[in-house]
Amino acid sequence: MTTSELAIPELSLVVLVGVSGSGKSTFARAHFKATEVISSDFCRGLVSDDENDQAATADAFDVLHYIAGKRLAAGRLTVVDATNVQAHARQPLVALARAHDALPVAIVLDLPHDVCVRRNADRPDRDFGPQVIRRQHADLRRSIKGLQREGFRAVHVLRTEEQVALASIRRTKMFSDLRHVSGPFDVIGDVHGCRAELETLLGGLGYALDRDANGLAINARHPAGRRVIFLGDLVDRGPDTPGVLRLAMGMVAAGTALAVVGNHEAKLLRSLRAGLSGRPEGNSPPSGKQSHNVRVSHGLAESLEQIGSQPVAFRQEVEGFLDSLVSHYVLDEGRLVVAHAGLAERLHGRASGRVREFCLYGQTTGETDEFGLPVRYPWAEDYRGRAMVLYGHTPTLAAEWVNNTMCLDTGCVFGGALSALQYPERNVVSVPAARVYYEPAKPLAAPSAGPPGHPARREPDVLDIKDVTGSRVIETSYLSRVSIRPENAAAALEVMSRFAIDPRWLVYLPPTMSPVATASSGLLLEEPDAAFSAFRDMGVGEVVCEEKHMGSRAVLLVCESPQAARARFGVTGPGAAWTRTGRPFFTAVLGAALLERVRAACADAGLFAELETSWLLLDAEIMPWSAKAGRLLRDQYAAVGAAAHAALPAAVSVLEAAAARGLDVSALLARTSARLRNADGFTAAYQRYCWPVAGLDGVRVAPFQVLASEGCSHAQRPHAWHLDRASRLAAGDPALFTATRRVYADTADASSCAAAADWWSALTAAGGEGMVVKPAAGLVRGPKGIAQPGLKVRGPEYLRIIYGPDYTVDANLARLRSRSVGRKRSLALREYALGLEALDRLARAEPLWRVHECAFAVLALESEPVDPRL
Amino acid sequence: MGTAPASGTRPRESDLSGGLDSRDTWGVLLTITTTRAPATDLGYLLFKHPGKVQSWPVASGQAHVFYPQATEDRCTAALLLEVDPVALVRGKGSPGQHGAGRHNSDGQQRGNEPPGITHYVNDRPYAASSLLAVALKEVFGTALTGRCDARPELAASPIPLEIRVPALRCAGDTDLATSLFAPLGWAVTASPVPMDPPQWGTSRYVDLRLSGTMRLADALNHMYVLLPVLDDAKHYWVTSDEIDKLVRAGAGWLATHPEKALITRRYLAHRRELTVPALARLAEADDLEPEELDNAVPDEGDGDAEPKPVPLAILRREAVLALLRESGARSVGDLGCGDGALTRHLIADKDIDRVVAADVSARALAIAARRLRLERLPEAKRASISLIQSALTYRDERLTSLDAAVLMEVIEHVDDERLPALERAVFGFAAPASVIVTTPNAEHNAVYGMAPGTLRHPDHRWEWTRAQFRRWARRVAVTYGYVVRFEPVGPEAPEAGPPTQLAVFTRTEAAA
Repeated sequence: MTTSELAIPELSLVVLVGVSGSGKSTFARAHFKATEVISSDFCRGLVSDDENDQAATADAFDVLHYIAGKRLAAGRLTVVDATNVQAHARQPLVALARAHDALPVAIVLDLPHDVCVRRNADRPDRDFGPQVIRRQHADLRRSIKGLQREGFRAVHVLRTEEQVALASIRRTKMFSDLRHVSGPFDVIGDVHGCRAELETLLGGLGYALDRDANGLAINARHPAGRRVIFLGDLVDRGPDTPGVLRLAMGMVAAGTALAVVGNHEAKLLRSLRAGLSGRPEGNSPPSGKQSHNVRVSHGLAESLEQIGSQPVAFRQEVEGFLDSLVSHYVLDEGRLVVAHAGLAERLHGRASGRVREFCLYGQTTGETDEFGLPVRYPWAEDYRGRAMVLYGHTPTLAAEWVNNTMCLDTGCVFGGALSALQYPERNVVSVPAARVYYEPAKPLAAPSAGPPGHPARREPDVLDIKDVTGSRVIETSYLSRVSIRPENAAAALEVMSRFAIDPRWLVYLPPTMSPVATASSGLLLEEPDAAFSAFRDMGVGEVVCEEKHMGSRAVLLVCESPQAARARFGVTGPGAAWTRTGRPFFTAVLGAALLERVRAACADAGLFAELETSWLLLDAEIMPWSAKAGRLLRDQYAAVGAAAHAALPAAVSVLEAAAARGLDVSALLARTSARLRNADGFTAAYQRYCWPVAGLDGVRVAPFQVLASEGCSHAQRPHAWHLDRASRLAAGDPALFTATRRVYADTADASSCAAAADWWSALTAAGGEGMVVKPAAGLVRGPKGIAQPGLKVRGPEYLRIIYGPDYTVDANLARLRSRSVGRKRSLALREYALGLEALDRLARAEPLWRVHECAFAVLALESEPVDPRL
Repeated sequence: MGTAPASGTRPRESDLSGGLDSRDTWGVLLTITTTRAPATDLGYLLFKHPGKVQSWPVASGQAHVFYPQATEDRCTAALLLEVDPVALVRGKGSPGQHGAGRHNSDGQQRGNEPPGITHYVNDRPYAASSLLAVALKEVFGTALTGRCDARPELAASPIPLEIRVPALRCAGDTDLATSLFAPLGWAVTASPVPMDPPQWGTSRYVDLRLSGTMRLADALNHMYVLLPVLDDAKHYWVTSDEIDKLVRAGAGWLATHPEKALITRRYLAHRRELTVPALARLAEADDLEPEELDNAVPDEGDGDAEPKPVPLAILRREAVLALLRESGARSVGDLGCGDGALTRHLIADKDIDRVVAADVSARALAIAARRLRLERLPEAKRASISLIQSALTYRDERLTSLDAAVLMEVIEHVDDERLPALERAVFGFAAPASVIVTTPNAEHNAVYGMAPGTLRHPDHRWEWTRAQFRRWARRVAVTYGYVVRFEPVGPEAPEAGPPTQLAVFTRTEAAA
């Protein structure tokens, strides 16, 4: 080859081949980025401090292979600059490229002997004699012919200085790379010759069919420009393979469809090339042809017979079409991958025999089942990629999402249905088969069904320990990177696995909330003005001040029916109510009773209908505090109250006795008496939040946000929207629900802030815990990033529960003022971002592990060392 | 331990500026009364003048001694300890007194722990505890030794004494105060203090009144040792010199005390070297006590209803090891290994050359690592053992390719809704050739005299009858391609069956 333009696929391992002095390094410098080129000389230098130290060669190549491997794993074109004149030097590079499913490409600089000798002589650091160059040349000459056989997918040879000078590199896209094509698409599963169903399906999807003079469908067009993607296995088994091919070929040619190859197309192509005709199975292939070892089975006979009856031109057209099909496509900026049998993430966009194998046959375990069929490895359960993967190949009863992948082969030819997924809408559209065209080897089952003989049941979505543990970074749309440290993940794992509810319910954990900055003087630690000024600084104008209920935080997932729960979450039940750490809020019986009341209230308030959903996720406070924190109250708060009221009166009385004796204990007595009054205030404070409950009697729920419903996260809506819905619930079932009192304030208007502060004073004076100030609009992106979702301002009496009975004593207050809210603010923001991200992922119906990752991360962050008093 | 507990802590600026101010503290009280005339001689014995009010800074705050009563017939000395609650939470005995932390058994958290374990809402400032014991020693140090130069014969004589501690925490049992003090010759009145509010019942505090005739030094030593024993506080920091202190203070009475074992254990107890602050913080986030989450390894005295000493644990282990031997397994997973009780034997088994011990509890793993002395094993042996954190409701590649897995007394700690996830992770994904599962037989609980519906361990989520266990095991076996057989472990009761039930699952292809 002497063309001046060398085509190099984007994902290649480019192996430069040439004797010492042939100009490999110069060539590499001229045509590739410096970081793309790894030279053996450089690696020799790395390991031995001497680029010419031949003794370091073995170590240098270890390093070279290691770096090249890392680059290829990351999908980066890599150039190896070494002589590579001997096959045993090239062989590991070919293997390396294959191991990473990249294409090995050779560029040979076969320059005249004297040129190389001259160049070597010009280099003072080289002391190679001409005999070395001569030997290398001999090796090179022996190699050139066999390079393709060695596995190089492209070989470019440059023989003169002029050719080298004129050469340029053209990087070519991989065949699978259609990232620039963005749809919308209608992705259709295995058709298997079911032309009638295909035509019906296309009609249902809104396509208009073009027919030829004989009335045969030859193209289909969508008025909105949608395109079809065929997932392979268009042929075999069914009644009209030629009809399906005619339509599909027409659409591909017209640009209204794309198609990937299925295993049946691959086999049909081999049969056609082998000259097989549609004779019954068992006939030996015609002699004289090279044996392709094609066994005519699995419905191939029907195809061959049907195609055999078509004109030769059609047959040739089919052969050309089948030959043109690629293994898979990566579409829409990498967001969609289509392949007949699916594709593991590390193989997306790659090219190798292994990639093709996977695309055609999927991953198998190497075992066969009782029907003699290969046991398939459930690669989709392992799938953790961001790209949606659509595929067919394995007939299933219904199309179901498994980790952002979906199998669209719903067994049309076996009497099932022909299905399409509308992308990006994610709707499945199916047409039932007119009849059973071909008896399946085994009965169709749900994709995640149990073994035969057992009712199909949906397995718990599989979570992997690697989804949550170790050092992790989570990308959110709100904060770019949220890091989780391994020790925090470890603590979260313990709680998540031992105490938390089923992760399929546990779609969200509420973020922590920071208090306002500490008042620098006066009698209070927390004051409303600090909240208003903080939000003013964050660029927030209108805020809502919501009464802070003192109970226990609860998240409620309420499903309209157990069937709805099963359909959406894969668990049958009324939903779930859980705590800040994901533990069940109540016992099963009480929890079910609560959820039923909440469900009824949501239905009465019209929330399911309004939001067009069968489930709702609510953020709420459940009261009384004693309902859930009973043990803590007894062991911690009531116990301290008891000890204080046992010790202090006794101390007061001995001090009074001492005073009566004329001893000067007046200061001590005054302090102790004051302490007794503070202890009274303390016990009054916690008792305010305790009352007896019997079953649900006495339990109060104060919802303050409707976090999400089907297909929608509401977390960024204005709080008025949420509170309005909460009020509707309270109006419907006032015995259970408590409305949240609130006032609005404008941070730029001093008088409205003062009015809100007065409101807070009255609220806390009457025993309220305090208030939460939130941006009225919901999510606010200010000049310094997203604003805090809320700041709490707690009342002075309530704070006795937090800082102890005597925190109001001047010297204590002075020390407590030194608390810093910085870490708490940062934590609150990170957890908020993770919570929003979890809701977005839930709304997009992303795989369980993606949602779980966020909820788990919130739990992990909660174990970070931040002053829990804040 | 002779250095301050706070010595390893980075001081907070605020603490440095704050310093100890006795005005922000609360009171813990103890009074000592004698009626031996002249009663005011008590002042000589205590080295504290009845006409004065005296104050000393001590590790936890400020101690005051004064006499509310001082007549010829009756003299009462009061020790009022004002504990600084803010400093307590911030992990310092006494800000500004870094050298003062000579007493480590003072109920304080360890110096290197971040804040968050101890609440500001804490009974330490009110209830008599090790803090008071420490103050007692600081203030009445000489009296504790029995020395009294002014009245040597009085110090050596038994005298009528009354002691009152109005708020004393009695961990576990309010009768304990009686069983600890009565054998020493005290008449004991321990009135339970009601909760606040009283409708919540009685608290774990008592108003303790003692009266008896004995040497004052003995009485003080009793208080010095037994106050912390009764209090039994967590986060107790004990070192070898604590043992010396106990020996000194207990001289002459501890050796013959009927509760000697309990006193010694508790005085030197609660060596929670492996605090798990991260887990404790999660408990705090959810209004729980840390023990409610961090309970994977039982604390001493936690209610395990199985009778002790238990040959059952050994029988169970022997049964499991025998079955493993029978299966010929060379690589074995100890899933839910806890503190490594079984792991130790797996490692010692010559026929087993790879052991993967997994537990979700970081504390359990740390204890297991210590008990197994992994770092002392030869390198080759060490390399064959993995001790990993894993949760059986998540699948884990590290648990695949094992010949056998043991879940010994594990499944009953998993909520039944979560069992399918465990089944899938263990039988479906890890899929060892054989799996051995043991679990309590609920029917046998009656033999232990347990009330129906009660469980053998606080963390058990359920306990199954034999029929329930078999139904579960058979379903799992069919679902994941195993055959299962059952074996009893422990002495079988006629109706109730064995105390432990065991299932051996063998993967069908492995069986073929």
